Amino acid sequence: MGSRLLNKIGLFFGALVLVSPAILFFLWMISLSLKFEIDNGAYPPILIPERFAWSNYAKVFEENNFLLYMWNSVLVTGTATLLALLIGVPAGYGIARLKAERSAIVIMIARMTPGLSYLIPLFLLFQWLGILGTLWPQIIIHLVVTVPIVVWVMIGYFETTPMELEEAANIDGASSWQVFRLVALPIAKPGIVVAFILSIIFSWNNFVFGVVLASRETRTLPVAVYNMLSYEQVSWGPLAAAALVVTLPVLVLTMFAQRQIVAGLTAGAVKGG
Amino acid sequence: MSAIAPERAGVTTQAIEGSQPVRLAPNYWPFVVPALVVVGAVIVFPWAFTLWMSVNSWTLGQSRSFAGMENYLRLASDPRFWESLWHTLTYTFLSVVAPMFFGTVAALIFDARFPLRGLLRGLFVMPMMATPVAVALVWTMMFHPQLGVLNYLLSLVGIPAQEWIFNPNTVIPSLVAVETWQWTPLVMLIVLGGLASVPREPFESAEIDGANAWQQFRYLTLPMIAPFLMIAVIIRTIDALKSFDIIYAMTQGGPGTASETINIYLYNTAFSYYDMGYGSAMAVVFFIVIVALSFILLMLRQRSQWIDAEGK
Repeated sequence: MGSRLLNKIGLFFGALVLVSPAILFFLWMISLSLKFEIDNGAYPPILIPERFAWSNYAKVFEENNFLLYMWNSVLVTGTATLLALLIGVPAGYGIARLKAERSAIVIMIARMTPGLSYLIPLFLLFQWLGILGTLWPQIIIHLVVTVPIVVWVMIGYFETTPMELEEAANIDGASSWQVFRLVALPIAKPGIVVAFILSIIFSWNNFVFGVVLASRETRTLPVAVYNMLSYEQVSWGPLAAAALVVTLPVLVLTMFAQRQIVAGLTAGAVKGG
Repeated sequence: MSAIAPERAGVTTQAIEGSQPVRLAPNYWPFVVPALVVVGAVIVFPWAFTLWMSVNSWTLGQSRSFAGMENYLRLASDPRFWESLWHTLTYTFLSVVAPMFFGTVAALIFDARFPLRGLLRGLFVMPMMATPVAVALVWTMMFHPQLGVLNYLLSLVGIPAQEWIFNPNTVIPSLVAVETWQWTPLVMLIVLGGLASVPREPFESAEIDGANAWQQFRYLTLPMIAPFLMIAVIIRTIDALKSFDIIYAMTQGGPGTASETINIYLYNTAFSYYDMGYGSAMAVVFFIVIVALSFILLMLRQRSQWIDAEGK
């Protein structure tokens, strides 16, 4: 009994050591964002300053058009995710039921393809169409990120849902569409939630598409925060505050949906890999 | 009564046999077609276009001309390209090995039960969900040779200050450290999924037979989670080869070209110099490298699955 308790304490400290780089990083990030320039340049470094520089956050929104860029991010990520769910959930179902390994390979190839190789032709196409000044190029190209995620997660989920109910509905004369709508879809709701969350996170975080396709008016948040680097004379406080603003929504989402993300990634999503 | 029963049974059997071909073939293709159309438009079309452009000489703003294999020959004799390929392979190798090690260890710990497990696991997963560019900017500040917190931490244990990403010799390992920090959780989650599928019984009998913890891990756990480890290696390889955000945001391939991977060189060629033809040829070769490496690993995975199946 005693050794078991000791074992648990050992595991706890092992886990603590492994988690510490993550905890220390985010603590330091918060610390940087709340310090004035003098404190950020101090040696030895200060973790908790005497005066908090809340003005760093005000500065981010006042000087860098961050509200507009945040709205752009919401529109691009939101639209790309909803479109991906609309076409990706049925596709995942179809592929799982067809056991169409080839279609799954197409999705895998989409994952293998470097984002930049989509960018050259699509950049030229969007330029030719004259829509480079709008958000549409980014919404369309974000489908490259969101559709494979949704299809992948859903294949994993539909493969694990039992076939018996669907077969029964089939015998009763339901059409394929009805079976999908009324039998398969309700069972797969947890899978859809996982696909939705992961799609949002990875689309929100995407940088490479924006850096090529976005103009001054259509920047998303990751591009905006990167651009600050060239404008500000590397003043750390506001830069760290901006970085935190960009990544806070996904971190909060991760925190609240931790259970689904972990369950989804460990059980359904990975299985298909 | 007794005469009717067999007859009824016969009818029922016949009905099932008769309806079988009809209900056995629900049509699933309509579900897949919309996705295939979108994938075709956003993925296959760009590929066709890239292939076509790679045999053309075209810098944006100038006239285009057919160039045949010229771009590919130029690539073969471009020392900057070979250098970037070498950087890519080094970066990828380190960015697979380190997260695989730490991720597997973490998975073994998080598979056990101990206080605050859920909370710690949640915190552990955070880095992989954080926005890479935002993370990269903060790491850049931490790597700062004079004001960075990392050199201060090193000084506490008596290690001299490093130049991290500002020195050609240490830039790639420093970037790998960030990549490892961010993507170890993904490996952990995949392996954790593998551990969850491991049955309990063999361990109980091994315990009775007197196998110690290491023997149990080596001869029971490891073979059973091998397919999951392979999945993690494949995903990590693909992602590390394609890594862009962290490298671009922190060094843009510098100092000089010391951390310029193919992806960064490709970006510079296409969108700094606007040399679309040459950039396209590079994209094609880069893709071939990724597919080739993934394919080799997929074959290995297939084999590990066979071994796994035979083992059962």
